[in-house]
Amino acid sequence: MIKIKNINKSFNGKIVLNKINGEFDKGKTNLIIGSSGTGKSVLLKCIVGLLQPDDGNVFYDLRNFTEADKEVKSEIRREIGMLFQGSALFDSKNVEQNVMFPLEILTKMPQDEKLDRVNFCLKRVGLENINKKMASEISGGMKKRVGIARAIVNNPNYLFCDEPNSGLDPQTSILIDELILEITHEFNITTIVVTHDMNSVLGIGEKIMFLYKGEKLWEGSNDDITHSGVKELDDFVFINKVMKSLKGK
Amino acid sequence: MKEFGRYVLFLESLVVRRETFITYYRLVMEECVQIGVKSISLFVLVSTFMGAVTTVQTAFNLVTPLVPRFVISQVVREMTVLELAPTIMAIIFAGKIGSSMAGGLGTMRITEQIDALEVMGINSSSYLVLPKIIASMLMYPMLVIFAGVCSLLGGYLVGTLTGIMTPTEYIMGLRSVFNQYTITFALTKSIVFAFLISSISCFKGYFTHGGALEVGIASTEAVTSSVIAVLLADYFLANLLL
Repeated sequence: MIKIKNINKSFNGKIVLNKINGEFDKGKTNLIIGSSGTGKSVLLKCIVGLLQPDDGNVFYDLRNFTEADKEVKSEIRREIGMLFQGSALFDSKNVEQNVMFPLEILTKMPQDEKLDRVNFCLKRVGLENINKKMASEISGGMKKRVGIARAIVNNPNYLFCDEPNSGLDPQTSILIDELILEITHEFNITTIVVTHDMNSVLGIGEKIMFLYKGEKLWEGSNDDITHSGVKELDDFVFINKVMKSLKGK
Repeated sequence: MKEFGRYVLFLESLVVRRETFITYYRLVMEECVQIGVKSISLFVLVSTFMGAVTTVQTAFNLVTPLVPRFVISQVVREMTVLELAPTIMAIIFAGKIGSSMAGGLGTMRITEQIDALEVMGINSSSYLVLPKIIASMLMYPMLVIFAGVCSLLGGYLVGTLTGIMTPTEYIMGLRSVFNQYTITFALTKSIVFAFLISSISCFKGYFTHGGALEVGIASTEAVTSSVIAVLLADYFLANLLL
């Protein structure tokens, strides 16, 4: 479980996050949603430590990550897997080397075991026989899958996904969402997904936090989101004709 | 001053939370190939022509018959060892390797590859930058030696083939009144220049923000700042060591 307490963050005097509190449950896909510029990615970066919050704390299973020293932070980070918006695969490495990278750096596993683990993860995300392809030679959807394989290769306790469906067609987006959901349940990990994609929200949002102008306005699940009673959330959810017609029904 | 302070902090970050020795060994070897082996052809080309041109121009300026011809190769030797090989090659090195380092790291920054390393608990600056600096400090002095030899060879070929001087005169000039300390001086300079170019270029690339345009700007700034640092260091080292 990940807990955040009173997270504040501002850039050049502009408040981006204002006293955000919340809990992200283990074995569930926890979503942080909101329109562009509401601070979703900043909150995620504060949680994983890529940004230091001005105030507040982040707890990984009761371990205070924000105030931990570099060694402890490093230890916690080694339990983290992250899928980046642009996949962030290393250009100089092929698919196999990309997925194997965390094992090379963080473990002393024998080479054949590493290769088995890489092949297992690639198979798990539906990619086989592309081990030797370079990152630049595969499609956007495949890059995301490789990114997920790299994120789970070291058996993480926490999985973070920053806009996992950005730049993907709707069909591939749903496949990626389903994959994230399955992996979360299968490995019983705490998953946090930042998204503004309504398909993801309705499809995999087991626990949802809605941010609006840097503040948390609502928390609930995908079952409750259509009748939250929060105007800003309704504006976000019922933005297109299809959703509006669903609301009418 | 603020920028200099950030640079010093950046250098400090390279030596904390390091990875294993074997990891760095592999990375340094990879960088040695990128930095050293893949630069040889450019260094050979530039230094050979530099030696050849220096020979022709020195001969052109020595019009009096009172000065023996072997002085030409003596001048070529001194210029090559003291300045052309370590300093002019440093500018070439900054243009080729410095811009490549800044561009590469800048691209890694904007495509979140550096963030990916940080999230894995890896000290990204130490992992990415330290091997580049070590490899530069290992390979650049070798490239300077190589460039020096090619420059003298270029001078020899042009000097003898065009009839400026005989092979014996050229070799005599190379060997006469030779002060071995100039080699030590040149190699000391080359190590300092390699450190400056690689660290400044990596610093510029590592802190790139924005998009493709900023990566280009970072590469340009890396070359400009490195060249200025090399020229300043050249002056101070000459004052200090000669």
